[in-house]
Amino acid sequence: MTFLTSVAGWFADARHWQGTDGIPTRIAEHLELTALSVVVAAVIALPIGLYLGHTGRAAFLAINIANLGRALPSLAILAFALPVSFALGLGLGFWPTFMAMVPLAVPPILTNSFVAVRAVDRDTVEAARGMGMRELQVLRSVETPLGAPIILGGLRTATVNVIATATLGALVAGGGLGRYIVDGLALQEYERLFAGAVLVALLAIGTELGFGVLQRASRHTATVGREP
Amino acid sequence: MTPGEPLIRWDWVASHATEIATRVGEHVELAAIAVFVGFVIAFLVSLLVLRFGRLEQAATFLTGTLYTIPSLALFALLVPYTGLTILTAEIGLVGYTLLILMRNIVGGVRGVPAEVTEAARGMGLTRAQILWRVELPLALPVIVAGLRIATITTIGLVTVTALIGQGGLGYLILLGIQLFFSTPLIVGAALSVALAVAADGALVLAQRKLTPWTKGARALPHAGLPPGT
Repeated sequence: MTFLTSVAGWFADARHWQGTDGIPTRIAEHLELTALSVVVAAVIALPIGLYLGHTGRAAFLAINIANLGRALPSLAILAFALPVSFALGLGLGFWPTFMAMVPLAVPPILTNSFVAVRAVDRDTVEAARGMGMRELQVLRSVETPLGAPIILGGLRTATVNVIATATLGALVAGGGLGRYIVDGLALQEYERLFAGAVLVALLAIGTELGFGVLQRASRHTATVGREP
Repeated sequence: MTPGEPLIRWDWVASHATEIATRVGEHVELAAIAVFVGFVIAFLVSLLVLRFGRLEQAATFLTGTLYTIPSLALFALLVPYTGLTILTAEIGLVGYTLLILMRNIVGGVRGVPAEVTEAARGMGLTRAQILWRVELPLALPVIVAGLRIATITTIGLVTVTALIGQGGLGYLILLGIQLFFSTPLIVGAALSVALAVAADGALVLAQRKLTPWTKGARALPHAGLPPGT
C-alpha cells in the first residue's frame, strides 16, 4: 500500500504537471504522434480498402494484410525505422517513431474498410445502381455509411495500437508518455514508471471506449437512416 | 546508422553466433511458456463460460481490459511488485493471450451446428461426452486459429520484455538501438519475424494432421464433419 501512496504522491506533486516533462506536455506529445500517424495511415489505407471492397478485387491480400501486420513485432518495426530515419536525415525521436506507427496502423484500417464494404447487402447496392447512382456515388453514399461501424472498428484498433506502441518511441529519444516508463526503468524510479503506465493504460482504455460510443452512434445512423 | 557502415556486418553475426542462438532459445522459451499457460487458463475459463453463460460478460470485460493495456505499460505496472523477473514478463504475456484464446474456444464450441449436438444427445451421450467427443473436436479449427493469433502476437511481444531485462531476441534489438549499431537490431528483428512465421506454419501443419476432415475447407466451424459421424 505504501508504494501506491507514493505513486499518488507523485501525481499530487505540482512539479509533475508543468514544464517539458510535465504530464500535460507528455499527453499532448503522445496524442499528437498518435493523431498524425493514424490520419496518415487512414489517408493511405481507407481509399485502397474501400476501392478493393467495392470492386471485390485482391480479397486475399486485403484480408491477410492485417495478420501480416500482427506478425511484425512493434519493437522490430521501430528498429527498422531507425536506420531509415537516419538515412533520411530525420534523426531520433518523433520521426522514426512516426515511421514505425504508420505501418502499424495501416493493416487494421485497410482490412476493416474492405470487409465493411463487402458486408453491405448486395441487393442494397443493386438498388442504388438501379436508382441511377454512379459507382463512386454508390461507394460514397451507400457502402461507406452502411459500413461505417466496421470502418470505425478498424480505426479503433489502429488508434489503440498506436497509443500503446507509441510508448516505445521513448527508446529512440521520442517524447510522449513512454518517457516516464523508460526513464522510470532506467533511473529505477518506480513511482514515475508506474504513473506513466497508469496514464498510458487510461489513455488507451479511454480511446477504446470513445470509439465504442462513436461506433454505436454510427450503427444507429446506419440502421435508421437519415433524410437526404 | 553511421554513414559508410554496412547495414549488416556478417563478421559480427559470425562471432556472436552462440549468443544469437541463446537468445533464440530464450525467445522460444518465453513465448512457449506464455502460450501454454495462457491456453490452460483460457481453456478452463472457457469451460466455465460455456457452462455458466452469465460469466461471459465479466470474463470478456476483464480479458478485454487487460488486452487494451499497452504491453510496456502492463510490464511497467508489474515491475514494482514482481521486479525485473521472468515472472513479470510471463504475467504480461499470458494476460495478452487470454482474450484471443477465450474468444476462439467459446466461439468455436458455440459454432458447432445444433443438429450435430442434438444427434449426439439422441445417441445417448452425456453433456460432458458431447463437449469432449463432439464439440471440442469440431471446434478445433477455430481454436487453432486463435492459438495461431495468440502465438504470433506473443512472439512479437516477447521482444518488448527486453526492456524489463528479459526479451530473447528483443535484447539484440535493444542493443542495436542503444549502440546505434544496425547489425544486432536487424538480426533480432528478422529472427523474431522468422520465429513467428515458423510457429504459425507449424500450427497450420498440426491442425491439418489433427483435423484431416477440414482439408481444403479452411478453418470454418461448419466445414464438414469427420467421416463416420
